[in-house]
Amino acid sequence: MLGKLSLEAIPFHEPIIMVTVAAIVLGGLAIVGAITYFKKWGYLWHEWLTSIDHKKLGIMYFLVALVMLIRGFADAIMMRSQLAMASAGAEGFLPPHHYDQIFTAHGVIMIFFVAMPMVIGLMNLVVPLQIGARDVAFPFLNNLSFWLFAAGVVLVNISLFVGEFAQTGWLAYAPLSGKEYSPGVGVDYWIWALQISGIGTTLTGINFFVTILKMRTKGMTLFRMPIFTWTSLCANILIIASFPILTATIALLTLDRYLGMHFFTNDFGGNMMMYVNLIWAWGHPEVYILILPAFGVFSEVISTFARKRLFGYGTMVWATVAITFLSFIVWLHHFFTMGAGANVNAFFGIATMIIAIPTGVKIFNWLFTMFRGRLEFTSPVLWTLGFIITFTLGGMTGVMLALPAANFVLHNSLFVIAHFHNVIIGGVVFGMLAGLTFWFPKAFGFTLNEKWGKRSFWCWIIGFYVAFMPLYVLSFFGAVRRMQSYENGDWQPFMIIAWVGAVIILCGIACTVIQFIVSIRDRKKNQDVTGDPWGGRTLEWSTSSPAPFYNFAHLPEVNDIDDFWDQKQRNGGKAPLSKPPYQDIHMPKNTWEGPIIALFATVAGFALVWHIWWLVIVGGIGTFAAFMARVFREDVDYYVPAAEVERIEREHQQRVEMQA
Amino acid sequence: MRRNPTLRMLGVLLLLSLPLLLAGCSSALLDPKGQIGEEQRTLILTAFGLMQIVVIPVIVMTLLFAWRYRRSNRDATYTPDWAHSNKIEAVVWFIPMVIIAFLAVLTWYTSHSLDPHKSIVPAEDQQEPMEIQAVSLDWKWLFIYPEQGIATVNEVAFPEDTPVRFRVTSGSVMNAFFIPRLGSQIYAMAGMDNDVHLVADEPGVYEGRSTNYSGAGFSGMTFEAQVGTQEEFDAWVEEAKASSNSLNFPEEYYALASPSANNEVEYFSDVPSSLYEQILKSFHAGGNHAEYMEEYVDNSAREAIGHGGGHGESESHGDESHSDSESHGEPMSAEAAE
Repeated sequence: MLGKLSLEAIPFHEPIIMVTVAAIVLGGLAIVGAITYFKKWGYLWHEWLTSIDHKKLGIMYFLVALVMLIRGFADAIMMRSQLAMASAGAEGFLPPHHYDQIFTAHGVIMIFFVAMPMVIGLMNLVVPLQIGARDVAFPFLNNLSFWLFAAGVVLVNISLFVGEFAQTGWLAYAPLSGKEYSPGVGVDYWIWALQISGIGTTLTGINFFVTILKMRTKGMTLFRMPIFTWTSLCANILIIASFPILTATIALLTLDRYLGMHFFTNDFGGNMMMYVNLIWAWGHPEVYILILPAFGVFSEVISTFARKRLFGYGTMVWATVAITFLSFIVWLHHFFTMGAGANVNAFFGIATMIIAIPTGVKIFNWLFTMFRGRLEFTSPVLWTLGFIITFTLGGMTGVMLALPAANFVLHNSLFVIAHFHNVIIGGVVFGMLAGLTFWFPKAFGFTLNEKWGKRSFWCWIIGFYVAFMPLYVLSFFGAVRRMQSYENGDWQPFMIIAWVGAVIILCGIACTVIQFIVSIRDRKKNQDVTGDPWGGRTLEWSTSSPAPFYNFAHLPEVNDIDDFWDQKQRNGGKAPLSKPPYQDIHMPKNTWEGPIIALFATVAGFALVWHIWWLVIVGGIGTFAAFMARVFREDVDYYVPAAEVERIEREHQQRVEMQA
Repeated sequence: MRRNPTLRMLGVLLLLSLPLLLAGCSSALLDPKGQIGEEQRTLILTAFGLMQIVVIPVIVMTLLFAWRYRRSNRDATYTPDWAHSNKIEAVVWFIPMVIIAFLAVLTWYTSHSLDPHKSIVPAEDQQEPMEIQAVSLDWKWLFIYPEQGIATVNEVAFPEDTPVRFRVTSGSVMNAFFIPRLGSQIYAMAGMDNDVHLVADEPGVYEGRSTNYSGAGFSGMTFEAQVGTQEEFDAWVEEAKASSNSLNFPEEYYALASPSANNEVEYFSDVPSSLYEQILKSFHAGGNHAEYMEEYVDNSAREAIGHGGGHGESESHGDESHSDSESHGEPMSAEAAE
């Protein structure tokens, strides 16, 4: 009846897990209780859960990402604590079964459920506004993408207290992830969480690709698009081209595990090298899906706060396009040590290094944007400066790893760990936190507290260096990744320093949380009345904050890069306000099908993990039925009356005049 | 400005990391004991030094520009619409291109000269090459000496100044064979006959390990590489030959392949010279790996090892550790699935 599932699946014997679960359950009950008490279920359902508004979806992506950041960080600090303790024969407090799940979960969560939703959330919030559109091309799909992503999040979190998570490393290399060597349900949770959320990501890619190509406002040619939109376009091209590879690879692994096939097994003609190739053919573009939008954020931030046009716009675009292309021909650098011949390794090594050229050019362009500017040291600028320095160092260690002959001693060592945290923390995390601070007022109508933002920055950057520089050193001693314990006591001092670094990063996360609380408390004081708190240059700042659900009363027309900046210059430094007459605005309606499809998909995923076949059928039919309900629905849009638009616009204008 | 003290703090931190790197001079990669490792050290340091041509100016320029063109500095030139300069663009493309071009040549050259598959031609003062076969198992290393007819677990020995060809495969999941002080690592994969050529210039005991995560017992997949004179090596071979353990295929080999963690060093005499090939073939078409696994492998310790049992004991297949794993209530055993 319940397949493999029984009460024994709940890890009662693991105090760490049980306490966590208790905390999650109590916290969840408190939230549910509060929503019920304040009678907010209707509001939540109608205004948020069923919303197709790209700005609200962006906010929800970010919210989930921040919660998962805390989960992923909890894993991180447990790993660092274990390694600070488990030296010279000591076993630490995490046995391999638990430790191996933690490092797997840390990687999976941080990439798929923190970095990805941050990037996609920011694209949701910003891209339609930057291109002067009222929504994305496929608003329902956008809602569905979010909920499929949420289904993946739910499955990963269920694995914490029902059964186990994979003990394979975040990419679940075969044959270790095959059923012969991982007979438990951990890999199955990994499979279904990634498959379901991966479909959501693919849909997002298609959605934003079409949105950017087809929904730009009048006059916005490709080469007048803001850089963040350009980098998002490239990231979405990468999603469309690479995520199907991930889906297919995991599907083959699924056939191995569920139907006893032999795509990646050791014997019967299986080939584990094919798995490694395929997973990295997705995996390398994936890191550029994350970093390109971050590059876009830094470009916007630096030119806004330097009060200066971005240096070398055209170069910036072509560098981005070059990176997009090159990211598909470097995947083999993740496994030079597999033993391909010297020619193959040299090709992929050189291809990898070539990426350093456009990336280096981008860095110089940011520097020359500051040059002869008027740089204001806001927290987004601090994140950007921290990024430039940190990312340059990370790029350098990346080039060292790209030398095949050097890679033969650095591969799988802590050098790799230090390198990719160097670029992911220094690039993606800094970028997303800068973007969050920068565009927060556009989402909520008030700015974030600067003092706590800067504190967060200093904790993150100092914490990063303290946590990861020792790992570079340890790699030279021969320390490798994914060790649960080590014999050599000389390594311990470095491990303890790294632990201290993680604690400093924890302070950074705490500062961000405090920043939110303080900012919400002071929201009246920090109100962004004009909609343009920073002296922005692109269209998203031309509308009010928070942006009205229809984004723009009149669709804007642009004549140049940074058109909004020019408009302000022509208008005596003030943003021109919208004028009557207004027209009715055509908008999509909210939709219940997204969350319901994802709910059934979650049920189906859970049932597949535990081999509860009847429930798989229920979940499958539910998913299909809800999708059909959507397909045959004709009542999907409506018109906002011109009078309503006028009322909203006038309210905004009155506030602006009152402030002036 | 308020940023100053904190910036200085950052500088101090960066400086602090330098002595850490210097302390690394006694580290495995910076103090290699073999020709391959030495060339790799040189390569790493060359690449590192070369990239400073870009890295240092970028860091300096970042700090300098940010400070010079701060909002409050009204003395600095301000050109809000200046966004293009052919000269600067040319320079910022040219410099990275030149460095990468240089590195590309270096990459091509060293990828070939340090190709792990390339055999080391013995120098005049070096001996004729020898072959050792390494097999990764759950979770230990089996070393087979086809010429000497012996095999060992978690200990390998060879004479100094003797190029060694390690043939590397796996009897289980993927691993990687690595002796940091000697240089290159290589993946161990079932059914694949991989190899890496290494040589030790000095006698010593060098730590070796698997670098590629392979499951619960991975952390204990370490071994010692004992490098001595030819005489010391011969004596070591005699010691192994004196062992009463034999290692026939498939029965004894698969018993050894049963999961165990932190395995003790073991010696085997009377090892068939074709053992390595038989292990390879067992995974190929017509091979009987699955059958043998079923018949000879005792998998009972697998879960106990994950739960912290089986450490420090080579024989952890006892009933006690098994029942221990049962009490952990893992639901995914084959019985529960039915």
